[in-house]
Amino acid sequence: MTGLKQLLAATAFTAATLSGASITGAWAQETIFLSTQLRPVEEATKVRQIILKGASGPVTFVVEEPSPFQTRMDAETTAGKRTISMVGALHGELSPLLGSKALDPVDDLVAKAKERGVPDAMLTLGKLGTDKQMYIPWMQATYIMAAKKEALQYLPAGADVNALSYAQLKDWAKNIQDKTGKRALGFPAGPKGLMPRFFQGYLYPSFTGGVVSTFKSAEAEAMWATFKDLWAHVNPNSASYDFMQEPLMAGEVMIAFDHVARLKDALVAAPNDYVTFPAPSAGKGRGFMPVVAGLGIAPGAPNRAGAAAVIDHLLKSETQIAMARELGFFPVVKADLPTDLPGGIKLLVEGVAKTQGSQDALVSLLPVGLGAKGGEFSKVYFDTFQAIVLRNAPIRATLDAQAVTLQTIMNETKAPCWAPDKASAGACQIN
Amino acid sequence: MTQNRLLPYVLIAPASVFLILLFVVPLVQTIALAFMDNGTASLTNFRKMVGDLNFGLSIGNTFLLVLAVIPLQLCMALVMAMMIQKMEKGRGLVLWIWIIPLGISDLAAGLVWLAILQDRGYFNTILNMLGLIDGPVNWLSYEAPVSLFVGVVLAEVWRATAIILIILVAGLQLIPREYAEAAEIFGAGPWTRFRRITLPLLKPSIQSALILRTVLAFEVFAVVYALSGRNFPVLVGEAYAWQHVNQNNGVAAAYAILVMVISLAATVIYIKALRTPPEMQP
Repeated sequence: MTGLKQLLAATAFTAATLSGASITGAWAQETIFLSTQLRPVEEATKVRQIILKGASGPVTFVVEEPSPFQTRMDAETTAGKRTISMVGALHGELSPLLGSKALDPVDDLVAKAKERGVPDAMLTLGKLGTDKQMYIPWMQATYIMAAKKEALQYLPAGADVNALSYAQLKDWAKNIQDKTGKRALGFPAGPKGLMPRFFQGYLYPSFTGGVVSTFKSAEAEAMWATFKDLWAHVNPNSASYDFMQEPLMAGEVMIAFDHVARLKDALVAAPNDYVTFPAPSAGKGRGFMPVVAGLGIAPGAPNRAGAAAVIDHLLKSETQIAMARELGFFPVVKADLPTDLPGGIKLLVEGVAKTQGSQDALVSLLPVGLGAKGGEFSKVYFDTFQAIVLRNAPIRATLDAQAVTLQTIMNETKAPCWAPDKASAGACQIN
Repeated sequence: MTQNRLLPYVLIAPASVFLILLFVVPLVQTIALAFMDNGTASLTNFRKMVGDLNFGLSIGNTFLLVLAVIPLQLCMALVMAMMIQKMEKGRGLVLWIWIIPLGISDLAAGLVWLAILQDRGYFNTILNMLGLIDGPVNWLSYEAPVSLFVGVVLAEVWRATAIILIILVAGLQLIPREYAEAAEIFGAGPWTRFRRITLPLLKPSIQSALILRTVLAFEVFAVVYALSGRNFPVLVGEAYAWQHVNQNNGVAAAYAILVMVISLAATVIYIKALRTPPEMQP
């Protein structure tokens, strides 16, 4: 009996030592790449098997939701021990890492990125408001609208689906409701939906020509009234939609606005059933917001050289084209997309091209310089929407109250205005 | 001799260390987080919490839910416990079936009810088959606050009544049969026996059950989140949103402290209100 116990103990000890040794051994050469992007199993598998194939040295691609991602990077900073060498995340998710000292400047990689054709404006975004390059742009995406072809018959007379106004979108949704009894327009206003970006990049710029400075302007007041009217024809389940591809596929909605990656599954599943088109326009133009995901390296990374090599690999034009083809994210480098893209991806590309190419396109940048306050910044826009549209609060009073919170955030972070607001010397001010 | 004196301490040491590491330390850290802003003591987080759009609503909703769910569950659990008590055969089986929901995580329970109550859920399907509705009716949207609330109450009752039930069943078994038999000889009917004997002797169990269930009810989150998303804000849901969506752990900690204070207050009230002197215990 004692013999057996001893044997078990010895085996356990040996196993522990061996596995410990192998982990340490592997860490020495492996690059651990933690990403908030491309989390679904099929996408992560494609990254591992297709995108990262050909990268020098072994790379372990690990995905994490944005919140645990942040917590983990914070914890590694606090612990003073890094296991993650490089990170890939959205601009807004990388920006808080600055505060938790989890990003090492990557100025050494800028020259190569420029050479490959990453636009200067995008590289500037990657400085996160500092004078050093904090991340290298990785891939881009944006938001578009998608509709079932069967919904096109209800378009109001004279409306061009590729150049809709908010008034026409409302009439369209109203027509469908009158004819079919269904509220067929949907927005991703659920707990994990990207609705705040709709307000910041689409609604506010289109109506007011700004995002922060015009927050409580007379145009903003009129805008919320218009949007509230529109919302009467929006599917009430929108308050629970996170990814619009699901209600589109389930037939709950026929017209939807969302991030391209969150429409992709519906379009790929039935490319012949859908059309894609730009978000609507209003008085000041057709607001749209390009989204950038970036690649950063952690300070004290276990394998900095490996991480730099992986970043170099990901920025090759063939890797970038493969990402567009397989995953629906668009190149940040100069690369011509092939014409034989799969149907669903082609729809996405068309939607994005139509958006970028519209006559009245008004580019809205992602928030810059907000650091860890990005979440609270978005909350201001969502709370305003919730109060005015969902809870019938008076528009003027709500805007005035939320403007105080918004101004506090801007003053605390000292973030200057970004496009489409006019550049400011100090913290961006609400007019 | 020395060894014997030390033994109890040695035996409780693992549990104590565990509690200190995983309860006391995080509690102190949470308090520090809530009362600090940029490294200095401050009430900023609490000011932000109170000034938030959803603060009043989430307090109101949480209390409304507790006030609706707990009395309902207590009555149901009492009835169920008395029924089980009277059963001669198959008691174990019935008890086992009744406590199945306890084995399901609360998020899963929320999803079960979501599958029933959503637009294309079982409930609408049945109503449709009976010809009572034409198309899907939206029971859980912000436009239907009453049915949304009823849905959450139903899910909570389904999920957590068994916690009270188990404690009451255990309590009932502690009450000696002689009291009821004596009362019966003196002519007390079933209702009088229940009111005058069972209920008073069951008070300590009711107290424990209520404390446990109320504390859990103030922490309600996953069921509400699954059924309503953001349409029915509750306190713990707001703590979650501040931590994960708004990324401000100070305000999230302030919410956590508030929930703890409310739970402690409820516990104190139960202990005072349902006090049973030792000589009256069975």
